[in-house]
Amino acid sequence: MKPEISESHTISVLVDNEPGVLARVIGLFSGRGYNIDSLTVTETEHEAHLSRITVVTAGTPMVIEQIKAQLERLVPVHSVMDLTVSGPSIERELALIKVEGKGEKRVEALRLADAFRARVIDATTESFVFEVTGRTNKIDQFISLMKPLGLSEVARTGVAAISRGVGGLSSDS
Amino acid sequence: MAREMTGAEMVIKALVDQGVTDIFGYPGGAVLPIYDELCQQEDLTHVLVRHEQGAVHAAEGYARSTGKVGVVLVTSGPGATNAVTGLTDALMDSIPIVCITGQVPTHLIGNDAFQECDTVGITRPCTKHNYLVKDVEDLGRVLHEAFYVASNGRPGPVVVDIPKDVQFATGTYAATPQVRHKTYRPKIKGDQPAIREAVEALASAKKPIIYSGGGIINSGPSASRLLRDLVRITGYPITSTLMGLGAYPASGDNWMGMLGMHGTYEANMAMHDCDVMLCIGARFDDRITGRLDAFAPHAKKIHVDIDASSINKNVHVDIPIIGDCAHVLEDMVRIWKARSAQPDKKALEAWWAQIAEWRKKDSLGYEKNDDIIMPQYAIERLYELTKDRDVYISTEVGQHQMWAAQHFHFQEPNRWMTSGGLGTMGYGLPAAVGIQKAHPDALVIDIAGEASVLMTMQEMSTAVQYRLPIKIFILNNEYMGMVRQWQQLLHGNRISQSYMESLPDFVKLAEAYGAVGFRVDKPGDLDDAIKEMIEVDQPVIFDCRVHKLANCYPMIPSGKAHNEMLLGDGVEAEEVSDAGKVLV
Ligand SMILES: Cc1ncc(C[n+]2csc(CCOP(=O)(O)OP(=O)(O)O)c2C)c(N)n1
Ligand SMILES: [Mg+2]
Repeated sequence: MKPEISESHTISVLVDNEPGVLARVIGLFSGRGYNIDSLTVTETEHEAHLSRITVVTAGTPMVIEQIKAQLERLVPVHSVMDLTVSGPSIERELALIKVEGKGEKRVEALRLADAFRARVIDATTESFVFEVTGRTNKIDQFISLMKPLGLSEVARTGVAAISRGVGGLSSDS
Repeated sequence: MAREMTGAEMVIKALVDQGVTDIFGYPGGAVLPIYDELCQQEDLTHVLVRHEQGAVHAAEGYARSTGKVGVVLVTSGPGATNAVTGLTDALMDSIPIVCITGQVPTHLIGNDAFQECDTVGITRPCTKHNYLVKDVEDLGRVLHEAFYVASNGRPGPVVVDIPKDVQFATGTYAATPQVRHKTYRPKIKGDQPAIREAVEALASAKKPIIYSGGGIINSGPSASRLLRDLVRITGYPITSTLMGLGAYPASGDNWMGMLGMHGTYEANMAMHDCDVMLCIGARFDDRITGRLDAFAPHAKKIHVDIDASSINKNVHVDIPIIGDCAHVLEDMVRIWKARSAQPDKKALEAWWAQIAEWRKKDSLGYEKNDDIIMPQYAIERLYELTKDRDVYISTEVGQHQMWAAQHFHFQEPNRWMTSGGLGTMGYGLPAAVGIQKAHPDALVIDIAGEASVLMTMQEMSTAVQYRLPIKIFILNNEYMGMVRQWQQLLHGNRISQSYMESLPDFVKLAEAYGAVGFRVDKPGDLDDAIKEMIEVDQPVIFDCRVHKLANCYPMIPSGKAHNEMLLGDGVEAEEVSDAGKVLV
């Protein structure tokens, strides 16, 4: 058997927004030993009681296929879409980043924030909170740049993702 | 027709509307309103078990022997937690069960109330789906949906947790036994081009094999009939998993016996050497495949399963077909008949000749003994003396289970009830209770081990109460034989905690329950005793004293390949690698 390499996939899951549905999805991943690198969930269609879960996971192609099949057979799941293979898609994450410091470091932090299009959404004489959105690696990079400049706290939303162009994940598939 | 009624009434009404006639349960504070309704009606019969695990196993036996959904009713807290083993068993073996659990009233949920447990949390990983019903207006719909989910697609257990205040509350009930579910709609028909490709692959095979499983049984009697058709028109050899026994008759010409860890030499060798494999309604479980990287290395593999997640899980297959076994088989038979090209007759003859060679090993053979009852002999006699009757067999878990699978020959589906996936000791006795409830006039035998049967022995009391004349046929070797066998093979013959000391006197135990006891320890007495047992119209415990140290062969030790079977005693422990030893 040829050694199979682990690859990262972003999977969107449309589910009924009912109690326990997130626990079902998380339990599936932990119970079967799959990775969760990022997971976001929130109601996206209020009237229809639909929530959208975006999960970034890693595994061999066989494991990724399993994950999709396992998700699909959960009763409250409407549809599952592997954005990594279904065509071009966009991924974004939002982070709130607190940096504490004075003097030159503070100026440097502001300058870098500008380069990353991070917005200042809170400021005191000794701290900033930046809001930055982008792909995961952009945020990772911004955070690592802030480390020597007084990084004190990070809150991240996890990845939200959607396919480009017309069509996408729908509840009647 | 919509009607106002209480939640408790709705439970009864929904069950009756679903065609349920028998339920298995145990009362308690959180289900008293339902029990109160139960005693005021006559459509549903309730079997009072002695432990909630027994209720689920009984419902499993009932379900597997009838094709219906098994129904369980238990209370909150300990009632629900006691049911967990049964639910897990049903999940692993794809048995349709609806289990209704009582729950503390909604305003107390989360307060650590008396007999509260997080039933939906605990049962989430051991059910196909579960519900906590907090509004009586949802109850009717949820109950019908539970039956739909339990029985459609790959069957499984479903829990409906109903707080006590919801049972008392009044709401509208609409009889909607037909559910069109908004999300759960399993694919029944297989993809036609894939089926065509599969038939072509089968037709061009030189060393074909059909390997079928419990999915055929779940799919219903027509699937077994179509499987037989396919085997007949192709002339191909067929083997089956433990769960699939009876789908193809053991007396059939093309039958090779069971495959897997304790399967026959010919079945496993043919699996290893085949060039085209049709796996239908089975799931490449580790008991079947042995060492994965040596599993059927030259075969083009076709896999038919209703559950897409079973496909490419353990073994990569070449032609996956998602669909119900009966539907796919129907297509296969039709397409096969319509094509004109014939399979390579010469190659097939050579293949059958090879199989005949393997068969000569007589891998199920054992040393006969005139003084001590060999366990295999006991099963053989049990089979010979019951085969012309309407007989259903359940088992516990261990060597006796494997000997039953090897030496009791099943001719029809739904006749063989065993805990395959979970391997639950204590399954067989309560399962027999459920089977006998469904088939009052049949001969129902639990082929048991003395260790396993003690785990749920209390259900003898249930059998006696409901006059269910089940026969508990214990192959008593005074050992957890299967554990001892592994200790002998893999742990330097150090017998650790697998000797069964202080066993009860099973004859007296039977009598204490108000049942009938038998004890036999001489081969010469066996036939008469079995005949007598059959004639007893009461529950029986039959203490069949067998050879204490007999081991179950053939065997593929963990981590070994199909062509590395052990055919008998006398192997060195070193032969199994450390990688193999870590496997269960
Ligand atoms: C509930 C449970 N506990 C433990 C085991 C592990 N186990 C498998 S077989 C076995 C021994 C069974 O002994 P017995 O019922 O006497 O059957 P025998 O193998 O002797 O025929 C044990 C302990 C199990 N399968 N189920
Ligand atoms: Mg034993």
